[in-house]
Amino acid sequence: MSKGHPSNQPLEKNNVNPNYGKRKPIGKALKETMTGYFFMGPAIFVIGIFILIPIFYAIFLSFNKVELLGGTSYQFTGLDNFLRMEVDSRALISLKNTAEYVAIVVPIQTFLALILAAVLNSDIKGKNLFRIIFFLPTVTSSAVLTLIFMWMYNPDGLINHVLAFVNLPTYNWLADPAIALKSIMIMNIWATAPFFMIIYLAAMQDISDSIYEAATIDGANWWQKFFKITIPMLKPVTFFVVVMSVIGTFQLFDQSYIFSGGSGGPNNSTLTIVLLIYQYAFKLLDMGYASALAVVLAIIILVVTIIQRKFFAEEKLHD
Amino acid sequence: MKKKGFSKPLLYTVLIIYAVITFIPFIWAISSSFKPLPEIVSGELSLIPKDFTIDNYTELFKQEPLFFRWMLNSLVVTGSMVILNLIFNSMAGYALARIKFSGQKVWFFLILAVLMIPGQVTMIPSYLILKAFGWLNTYQGLIVPGMVNATFIFMMRQFFINFPKELEEAAQMDGLSRIGTFFRIVLPLAKPALAAQAVFTFMAGWNDFMRPLIVMSDKEMFTLTLGLNAFKGQYISFWNYIMAASTLMTIPSLLIYAFFNRFFIKGVTFTGGK
Repeated sequence: MSKGHPSNQPLEKNNVNPNYGKRKPIGKALKETMTGYFFMGPAIFVIGIFILIPIFYAIFLSFNKVELLGGTSYQFTGLDNFLRMEVDSRALISLKNTAEYVAIVVPIQTFLALILAAVLNSDIKGKNLFRIIFFLPTVTSSAVLTLIFMWMYNPDGLINHVLAFVNLPTYNWLADPAIALKSIMIMNIWATAPFFMIIYLAAMQDISDSIYEAATIDGANWWQKFFKITIPMLKPVTFFVVVMSVIGTFQLFDQSYIFSGGSGGPNNSTLTIVLLIYQYAFKLLDMGYASALAVVLAIIILVVTIIQRKFFAEEKLHD
Repeated sequence: MKKKGFSKPLLYTVLIIYAVITFIPFIWAISSSFKPLPEIVSGELSLIPKDFTIDNYTELFKQEPLFFRWMLNSLVVTGSMVILNLIFNSMAGYALARIKFSGQKVWFFLILAVLMIPGQVTMIPSYLILKAFGWLNTYQGLIVPGMVNATFIFMMRQFFINFPKELEEAAQMDGLSRIGTFFRIVLPLAKPALAAQAVFTFMAGWNDFMRPLIVMSDKEMFTLTLGLNAFKGQYISFWNYIMAASTLMTIPSLLIYAFFNRFFIKGVTFTGGK
């Protein structure tokens, strides 16, 4: 009944439309559409101008050399921007740093989140209090967290003092190129694991008690139940968590920027793909090449996301 | 009950150790913000300041006269974003759930597709568009692109789909228009969903670093996150000031979190695909 096309006019004979007779179908459908667009208007405006148009604009930019002097001028350069990545040593370094970051942070973070959730999901008191405490880093800004950690990472700071106190080696966390990226990894695992813990915890609470009870009757211990019931039941959630972590870690920016004062140093050791895109676009004003890098990053992330959607979209979207 | 047999002291030990690990950086930052500089650089590990002082906080505003302005900027931008997001996302979510208009399927699909687009790809074109509008270094340059959020449109759609239809039908019988029904009947009943959305939008706006970094180059227009970064660059060894500034910036988030933490959990589990 929503499609009040003119061809639906001869409705008198078999009266399909229950509203027929009250109002003309065309009028009603038109009114609904107008109301619909009134409600959707702001969303369409913002998404159109600041997401949809920019997507096509970014693809266009990535095939051009962009000059920002005075107005903005474009010169079509074909695939040049994409071919340039191969010979751009900083692009390769940023890719290597980002890949290393993703490969180390995602597994540790996921494992930590799973363990914390499993411990919180047992029969203990003060569950809510622990959950509230663990979640604190998630609500704090990345800028503040990075500053706090830089203060603790200071050569003469809290962390080195504690390490020295327990006779462990101390490090130059901020200035040693071999260590700097690892300092960011530690900080971000600490900051992000609790977020995924909450997701795991919610999923664990959905696993029916009767499964565990049956296993208990069969004589299974905690570890057996954990590996034979909890982990397999959580497989979809784990997949979701891993995909979300991969996407998030690929986009590392704030922390490297603040840590290195925007340079990606020391010696390019904290240079990530997004930081490199930022530098090319807004420091070197090479927006064509920067857009090409962004498009490549988006393709990497989209492929990961599409894989995830394939597994989860069905149950999530169709209510 | 379900996992009996695993020793409880061990569970508590794990939880308490991790709680301490979570807490220490915050406590250390707050404690440093109340210490005078000599105590800071002396390398002492006392969590409780020996020479307790609030000078760092008062000096902060003297050393950096723009600090107050940055707080104001953050407040204006974040406040506007929260209000506009609540209205616009709910309207769009309602339209997608309840109003049969032509093109509805296309827009629903586009909003889902937008969820998958990483921000970096739209960052450069958005900058050029804002530049063409003359919106760089303005509040609207941050507010307008951020006043709608696809995730929350989707969340509101899911909420309104499960909303009882009878209420709206009754309101319309009483002669209320569709728009009137939405604002006077439906929206007031959507408070839990709106609260979750409000806290998340607040956090996203208040803590955002990258968008302000690109839009605001004029120091007067910096938000607090940018200001904090600039301040760090200028006062690199004055950790007492930097920690005072960080503490000030975190207080609003912590207050909101303290009051609304159940909505956070709800929101996280929603984004977690529940």
